[in-house]
Amino acid sequence: MTASIAISGVRKSYVARGREVLALDRVDLDIAPGEFVAFVGPSGCGKSTLMNMIAGILPIEEGRILHDGREVRGINRAVGYMTQQDAVLPWRTVAQNVALPLRFHGYAAAARAARVDEMLESVGLAGFARSFPAELSGGMRKRVALAQLLAYEPGTLLMDEPFGALDAQLKLVMQEQLLRIWTARRQTVVFVTHDLAEAVTLAQRVVVFSGRPGRIKQIETVSLPPERDVFRVRFLPEFEAAYTRLWEALAPEIRREAAA
Amino acid sequence: MSGAAEEAAAIGGPVRTARVVAAEAAAGRRRIWILVLRVLVGVGFVALWHHASGNWVDTMLISSPEAVGARLWRWTLDGTLASNLSVTLYATAWGFAIGCAVGFSLGLLLGRFTLIAEVLDPYITAIYSIPKIALAPLFIIWFGIGIESKVAVSAAIVFFVIFLNTYSGVREVNPLYVHVTRIMGGGELDVLRHVIIPSAASWVITGLKVSVPYALVGTVIGEFMSSNQGIGFLINQATGLFNTTSVYAGIIVLAAVGAAINAALKHIEAHVLRWRG
Repeated sequence: MTASIAISGVRKSYVARGREVLALDRVDLDIAPGEFVAFVGPSGCGKSTLMNMIAGILPIEEGRILHDGREVRGINRAVGYMTQQDAVLPWRTVAQNVALPLRFHGYAAAARAARVDEMLESVGLAGFARSFPAELSGGMRKRVALAQLLAYEPGTLLMDEPFGALDAQLKLVMQEQLLRIWTARRQTVVFVTHDLAEAVTLAQRVVVFSGRPGRIKQIETVSLPPERDVFRVRFLPEFEAAYTRLWEALAPEIRREAAA
Repeated sequence: MSGAAEEAAAIGGPVRTARVVAAEAAAGRRRIWILVLRVLVGVGFVALWHHASGNWVDTMLISSPEAVGARLWRWTLDGTLASNLSVTLYATAWGFAIGCAVGFSLGLLLGRFTLIAEVLDPYITAIYSIPKIALAPLFIIWFGIGIESKVAVSAAIVFFVIFLNTYSGVREVNPLYVHVTRIMGGGELDVLRHVIIPSAASWVITGLKVSVPYALVGTVIGEFMSSNQGIGFLINQATGLFNTTSVYAGIIVLAAVGAAINAALKHIEAHVLRWRG
């Protein structure tokens, strides 16, 4: 079976102030169709850089990335991307933002409105359809972005710290929702997080990146069934085992980052 | 509380509570106070003018509010106001429209094609530094003393303000919005329509607000230089006859027109930029 996302030999460096900084070094990774993969690593390890390359925002200069068999060159419209920074358009209402990709994908007005209502309901923002993003909290804007991402059902989801701004309880609720949607639809998901527990809770495989230059240090397969109860999974022995091994791989990187 | 409000409260939506009502009432009282004080300032000014005229300063220099009021009333009745004001407004509106359309289009274009913008930058700065009023005699040579030269002067002034504001607005667009919109499936036109134009709108509207008085100035300057109609013509003719009453009447008309257009633009701004919260 061909991989949904095949990353081979990807290297990325930036030139800044007359110096070349290596951000990503020789990354090879295959992500299967319908797989949920989490990226963890210290800040500046190139996780977001790699996401931007899969999305086609950053040019791939060395190595290559195939998405569903096609080489990524320029903007990749076959993925849905929830960026780390707020990308909800401030001049459109919540409902208009969620409707935007539906417009681009040719939904008729009535179908669009119904879908928007359904998605806002599912992220708990039904009362805010006509609000502008500036009137919402950061966490609420994240939920708008999530509703927008899931509304048009892209086959591959790239999510860069989507729940980072949410409080712990809401985070669990959103994780549950994401898992429910994923088990029903089985999109390929690449999920960047700095929260190890979140990575183990959601993903089938967790990829640990080393600090700069970013390399894949370890890949941990989480031996939990895909359908999980996000509230209870953390008390299972498999969770603990995976969490411990991942922390052992990650801890030296974090210490290195803290010392630098 | 109505059923709908209760429902909105239950799901965490915005609700009109007693505090919202109280805050709105306080804001309303403040607005009324400001209005009252504004009227008082206006009345005070007219009273001062009335008192100064003939007592402190020669009526010849500052006329008097009653004479100016009577003149405005006469102009209204005999059609002088309507015929001249319509000429001035017509030229201003055309100048404004042409300047906006050309400035906005070129601003969008150069904002998107940065190479051309960088190449042209010193020339644009140089042309921008020319006082546009200095072009008025040239426009009279090109377009004659009719309405066309007035349109040209105000269009030239408005063009630069709108062009530079649109250009800056387009340059300021957050590239993340552009990327994300394209990944979601938006084409170039969608990006232009849903990201670039709305993002640049606040700059463009600031430009519009700044340029309306300029458009009026452009037209009136054109009328000063050579014309046989328009508010600028009325003022210029009255000046030649030392008829200060008519000069003041003309100035007051211009001030009122400028204020009215600005109020309309403020309204449009409040609607277009309502998302800024």
